[in-house]
Amino acid sequence: MKPFAYLSPPDVATAVRMVADQPGAKFLGGGTNLVDLMRQNIVQPSTVVDVSGLPLTTVTELPDGGLRIGALVRNSHLAADPLVRSRYPVLSQAILAGASGQLRNMATVGGNLLQRTRCPYFSDLAAECAKREPGSGCGAAGGFSRGSAVLGTGTSCIATHPSDLCVALAALDATVEVESVRGVRRIPFGEFHRLPADTPHLETTLAADELVTAVEVPASPVARRSHYRKVRDRASYAFALVSVAAALEVRDGTVAVVRLALGGVGTKPWRAVEAERVLTGAPATEESFRAAAEAELADAVATPHNEFKIELAKRVIVSTLGGLA
Amino acid sequence: MTQVTTRPAAPTGIGAPVDRVDGTAKTTGAARFSAEYHYADLAHAALVHATISRGTIVAIDTAAALAHPGVVAVLTHENVPTLTPTPKPGLNLNSLAPGTRVNYLNTDEVFWDGQPVAVVVADTLEAARHGASLVDVTYRPLPSSVDFAAVEDTATPSKSNPLMKTGERKGDAEAALAAAPVTVDQRYTTPPYNHNAIEPHSTTAAWVGDRLTIHESTQSIAFVRGHLSAKFGVPAANIRVICPFVGGAFGGKGAVWAGTVLAVLAARVVGRPVRLALTREGVYRTVGGRPPSTQRVALGATADGGLTAVVHTSVIRLGRVGGFGEQIVSMTNHLYATETLLTQQNEVTLDVTASTPMRAPGESIGSFALESAVDELAHTLGMDPVALRMRNEPDGNPVNGKKFAHRKLREAYALGAEKFGWADRSSEPGSMRDGRWLVGLGVATAFHPSWQMAANATVRLDADGTVLVRSGFHEMGMGAATAQAQIAADALGVPVSSVTVAYGDSDLPPAPGAGGSMQTASVAAAVVAACRKLRKKLGDGDPVTLLARSGKPFVEASVGSESRLGAFTSIAKTLKLVMDRRRYLTAASGAHFCEVRVDADTGEVRVTRWVGAFDVGTVINAKTTASQLRGGIVMGIGMALAEETLVDPRTGRIMNPSLSEYHVPVHADVPPIDVHWLDDPDPTMPLGLLGVGEVGIVGAAAAVANAVFHATGRRVRDLPITLDKLM
Repeated sequence: MKPFAYLSPPDVATAVRMVADQPGAKFLGGGTNLVDLMRQNIVQPSTVVDVSGLPLTTVTELPDGGLRIGALVRNSHLAADPLVRSRYPVLSQAILAGASGQLRNMATVGGNLLQRTRCPYFSDLAAECAKREPGSGCGAAGGFSRGSAVLGTGTSCIATHPSDLCVALAALDATVEVESVRGVRRIPFGEFHRLPADTPHLETTLAADELVTAVEVPASPVARRSHYRKVRDRASYAFALVSVAAALEVRDGTVAVVRLALGGVGTKPWRAVEAERVLTGAPATEESFRAAAEAELADAVATPHNEFKIELAKRVIVSTLGGLA
Repeated sequence: MTQVTTRPAAPTGIGAPVDRVDGTAKTTGAARFSAEYHYADLAHAALVHATISRGTIVAIDTAAALAHPGVVAVLTHENVPTLTPTPKPGLNLNSLAPGTRVNYLNTDEVFWDGQPVAVVVADTLEAARHGASLVDVTYRPLPSSVDFAAVEDTATPSKSNPLMKTGERKGDAEAALAAAPVTVDQRYTTPPYNHNAIEPHSTTAAWVGDRLTIHESTQSIAFVRGHLSAKFGVPAANIRVICPFVGGAFGGKGAVWAGTVLAVLAARVVGRPVRLALTREGVYRTVGGRPPSTQRVALGATADGGLTAVVHTSVIRLGRVGGFGEQIVSMTNHLYATETLLTQQNEVTLDVTASTPMRAPGESIGSFALESAVDELAHTLGMDPVALRMRNEPDGNPVNGKKFAHRKLREAYALGAEKFGWADRSSEPGSMRDGRWLVGLGVATAFHPSWQMAANATVRLDADGTVLVRSGFHEMGMGAATAQAQIAADALGVPVSSVTVAYGDSDLPPAPGAGGSMQTASVAAAVVAACRKLRKKLGDGDPVTLLARSGKPFVEASVGSESRLGAFTSIAKTLKLVMDRRRYLTAASGAHFCEVRVDADTGEVRVTRWVGAFDVGTVINAKTTASQLRGGIVMGIGMALAEETLVDPRTGRIMNPSLSEYHVPVHADVPPIDVHWLDDPDPTMPLGLLGVGEVGIVGAAAAVANAVFHATGRRVRDLPITLDKLM
């Protein structure tokens, strides 16, 4: 690990000032991803600004019935929150499907949004990776790509976004609140992560000196009937091959409201806009669910290693919606 | 020397579920592992690994590393002392010690991606590791061959040796196969694996003049001592190897690998004690694993299931600088009565890490192919797979009619089938379902040969009735010291709590390496013989009473000798034991029964129930034996469903050198595992022991694959059985 300066600011204003003033500085939350990457020399901050002591650790109810989640709420706390469990079961289930108990106890909500990919070529300095080294090639494209994305892939990157939590937040129309020396701004969740295109090293629309301070989830009656289904290579402690976050309200046999997002298949947490469009107003039948899944995956691009993900995603969409219908 | 006292209230006797004598030390953290020994002025080392699979180093820039605060030295091929070249494997047992033939840092050649090309020594671990990242190496790459699949068809037969034949022939198996009314002829493949012991390899080395003390995580004190003696040109007697605790090994710590040699070299160069604790990635890059295999199994049978032909051939890869041609097809020589048989191991050589034994080398992956094929034949014949096996259970070794020392497979199957409820299985694949889960039941045979090597031991009885057993064996988590305490207590008629066992130290009477499931039997022979000698010195009766009556402070008896002559005698004795053993076929065996559930939509496989019934001869400790067998089964579940070392076929580089990306089973993947044994002593082995360390993994992956077939009707012949292969 490259030596670095360590700063522990007393408040958000100081924290964002510190990062603004130090080129190469990074915020440190739970450290469950950043510290690993620092150990591997994948990320080498000059300064680490430890925000884990800042008072962004509460989940509060908003006047409209939505939730404001402090960026430093630990994943395990969020998953166990009674309001989250009753109003947004998909969110609680997504968190509990990720990592391990120990990691969830450390990992923060804000940090989870900024998780880096698990692509083996990203984490190996001896390999080619355009996400790590802009302009470089992609080791995964002709190499091990079983875990790679099939949706939103770019010319130089097919890396998957690894988060489970983000898939649920994508389905729930969350908003990310960020702060910097320039003030506070709010980013709709769908605009927070970027597609790789030809700049895969730019993963979010967050500026280098902006700190995630909160995530707000709007009131969502449909989310009370929601589910997160994660398919992976072992029963626990593995990243998703495919995951589905879904919420569904059926009236008189017709889909009234649907929220659908996919994990494990996209270069970013994947809101299934096309599937939702096909489903809304359609009969709540397996045929409709299948048609929606086909529509969403129509533009999928696979390698021989990850081709199975396309059919797997369709099946998991169908079975998850079927379970909620 | 490590002395661990048994718990005072422990029950006594052979077979009792005595708690581990080191359980408290391990759970409280009092047990010290090789990277936990502190020396004044201790320095830390870190490795720089080659990032090409073959070529030469043309430049190595260490300036930035040397400039980093805390870095003491950077060792490269340009500045280290000359070491004695590493010997080629030969008759001298020490020549079998090194994992590779590379003379580390004494060459500018690179033989595999991951080979250490520099060592950074620093005052702190952090400085050493960061320093290692600052070493800039320029290579001239040479064309290399790293893609196993691409060269598999160029394989040549592995060489046989007097102790291990790499193939057998009985009649004309191919002709019999062609003539057989019912046949199965399939190709099976297994990927590379790594051991993933929870304790990465670590060494703490301290020189005083030309005397070396080394704390080493090893399965073979003798190999470490012998190899370092040769490499550094100091007498073996000057080297003390200490390893009271090894945090798992599974074969990965059987040979001496780069880290050990380089830690000792670094300590010599910087004139300070040096600790080199490999990172997890460092283990993957410098320590060999199990090689990938492709296998053909062809079975010919009569319509009533009698085998007329058995063919099993295999291809594995060795590294250019070393490797172990594991006995993939050997169990096929012994499992089924057949009119004809053809087995042969083949190998190719690639520019990759040298392979090395991993838990039940050969049998673990060979059994996947053979026992899958037998299941396929049963299905083709419309026979129950257990009935087919029993139909072909031989009376003697199928190849040569040699006698079985012990063959209780029928009994093991009967016991397992009863405990599992096998009779309730519906035979048709895909016929059992529980909601979204397809349910399948599978079965397979476990088999592992039993061996014994010469061991030395000293037993001393003190007037206060306490016993000290001294033998330099190895404790890797299996409960070795506990078993020997029970054996000595039984032989002397004293409570287990009176026995202290000293082990894990080259100052003790030498014992063989811990491998091949033979340590307990080998050491037991010495301990029992020493106890017998001790009793003889005292005369007939209770030894404690007799000693008290004699007025002597203690009485001691030894087996073997700690002298140089004794070492030679040991080698001769071992060779004799090995050759004698060839008169019989001696092996542990068993039957695995498992239940799997496969998600009908996604193909996710979960193992939900397991019964293993084993013939392992005498059981010394019911608790640790159960753990050993269960551990083998868990590792077999890993083989079946998850484990795979990803070697990039373009570069030869391992791409998943971590426990997050190399999937071993987690708790949620492991069902309750019910293990049973016959507890019937083998008449030809010390105390009737057949060994329990490896037999549990053998056949386990096949049992899962067979259950998956039963659940889904899909036969997966390519491990691991991931969901994409079932969709």
